[in-house]
Amino acid sequence: MAVNLRVKVHPVVLFQIADSYERRSMDNHRVIGTLVGSVDKQCVEVTNCFCIPHKEYEERVEADIDYAQDMFELNKKVAPQENLVGWFATGNEITSHSALIHDYYVRETKDPIHLTLDTTLVNGRMTMKAYVFVPLGVPGATSGSMFTPVPVQVVASEPEMAGLHLLHKTKYQKSRAVDPMPDLMKISESANEMELMLDALLKYVEAVLDGSVPADNAIGRTLWDLVQSVPKMDTVEFEKMLNSNLRDLLMVIYLSQLTKTQLQLNEKLSMVSVSNIREMGKVIQLD
Amino acid sequence: MSDRGSRRNTENENRIESVQIDGLVVMKLIKQCHEAESSGNAFAQGALLGLVAETRPDARLEITHCFPFPGLNDETIDDEDFQLTMMRRLRQVNVDHQHVGWYQSAQFANFLSPTLLDTQFAYQTSIEESVCLIFDTAKTSQGFISLKAFRLTAEAIKMYKDGDFSPDVVKDLKLSFESLMEEVPIIIKNSHLMNALLLELKEQLPLDIESAQFLDLGTSGTLETQLRVMMDNVDELNQESIKFNKHQNLVLKQYQDKTRWIQKRQLENQARASRGEDPLPEEDISKAFKPIPPPSRLNPLILSGTIANTADEVSEFCSQSLGKLFITEPLQNAKMSASNAQ
Repeated sequence: MAVNLRVKVHPVVLFQIADSYERRSMDNHRVIGTLVGSVDKQCVEVTNCFCIPHKEYEERVEADIDYAQDMFELNKKVAPQENLVGWFATGNEITSHSALIHDYYVRETKDPIHLTLDTTLVNGRMTMKAYVFVPLGVPGATSGSMFTPVPVQVVASEPEMAGLHLLHKTKYQKSRAVDPMPDLMKISESANEMELMLDALLKYVEAVLDGSVPADNAIGRTLWDLVQSVPKMDTVEFEKMLNSNLRDLLMVIYLSQLTKTQLQLNEKLSMVSVSNIREMGKVIQLD
Repeated sequence: MSDRGSRRNTENENRIESVQIDGLVVMKLIKQCHEAESSGNAFAQGALLGLVAETRPDARLEITHCFPFPGLNDETIDDEDFQLTMMRRLRQVNVDHQHVGWYQSAQFANFLSPTLLDTQFAYQTSIEESVCLIFDTAKTSQGFISLKAFRLTAEAIKMYKDGDFSPDVVKDLKLSFESLMEEVPIIIKNSHLMNALLLELKEQLPLDIESAQFLDLGTSGTLETQLRVMMDNVDELNQESIKFNKHQNLVLKQYQDKTRWIQKRQLENQARASRGEDPLPEEDISKAFKPIPPPSRLNPLILSGTIANTADEVSEFCSQSLGKLFITEPLQNAKMSASNAQ
């Protein structure tokens, strides 16, 4: 049982938790569910989750264990590499019920982690915390356990980042809706972003030269790396490479458009020959 | 879009004008399709759950949840069972349980196949509003999200209902490879809570640093694969065209033979009549010349559709590569002028 455990969460999990919270039944104040993923040495990676219907009363908690096991089985069929790694709950604090629920999960897997996501936005933010259940006490005397926080961070793979990039746009629209963008627009947008970033950099450099802002050596070194990382190529070579690439791409575009026109022609001609044959058939039948 | 008095007034024609997808579904799709790709499955499939909002005239399909199907290679799992159990369980947590479609991953627009059309036909006849969502994994690994929603057009449904793909039927319905499937525009929507979550994520995952994959200039690899796929498809289409032409030639020859045969019989009959004998008994022409079955037009249509899609994808890919090249040009020039000025 390692207290120097690190927890990595994929964005999918957080989205799923928020969605389950939105769909909870009226009398529940919070939602609980199972986390699945993989454990790798000191690092627990959570890749998926599903919520479980439960009811909380003063003294006890009722959770549908059958449901939990069923869903886990179903999930295993689709993603056999995902194991049970813990459970989550929405809300800001750990209640006494959490210990009871954690008890159940301890039976299912070794050392489950507990993740909380504050969907009630208590501090104006959606804080996410992870805990492990650590026994404490003096040996020989009564021992208890408590939830100890462990560091948690959000990780995302490249495709997930691309998805998030698109989803972020919905924040700025009144209707909270956005269309998936065509590729060229994406490029132009990032070009704009690069321009803004370069402007900010230039302003900083000029301010340093003026002396109004103290020069920070670390930033200076990264700037130097940035400038040096542009590959050194003399103009002639670069022109050649640029032009040949351009020609290739233009040729491919031309050929694909040509293919499309050919396809249209093919369709039309086949249909024409069909009607020709039919006409002939009619003529012969009348004979 | 009122279709009163159209030739389809016996069916309920539900046109879907747009598809609205929750951010959650997009993330789940990404996760599942990429996992399937890395674990070696050909493609990933799953079901879409949601509801239909705003009936006519502006029917909108909202997709609020999705779940994956187990791998196709595993025969021990009963698909029906899995689906039913899954949907029952999801209903218990208040997820919309109306089955509104299905999704499949694809690599650069190679998704059109007879199985896909079959499945979509089955879906669309049982659930009027279903769509098929195609998620392109090859493009997402490059950094662009490619999500398309397709439905079979009414003409295509008619053709499938009869089960007859002969050229005559195709000509009558004026079907071309473009009017086989129609694309429905997609909107992605998030709730307020999701927006709050996104703000939180933005702090934790600074986007600017890590998401520069799509600015990569190395384009030849993907271009090669795409072009190769297109060449293979064109070859196959060529084969199909040859088959079709052969069939046309055979039919023509048969007609000529028939004409000659009829003329011969008429001459015979005239000769006999002039000699005073009975004319030959009428023979059924169709027994002598069996009609040749025409080849199915389904494959050529599918191939043409695939080629058209691939051509579009290639064009788009090239245009964005061109854009990137044009960006690098002034950068290089600036660097040159800067180093010359020193």
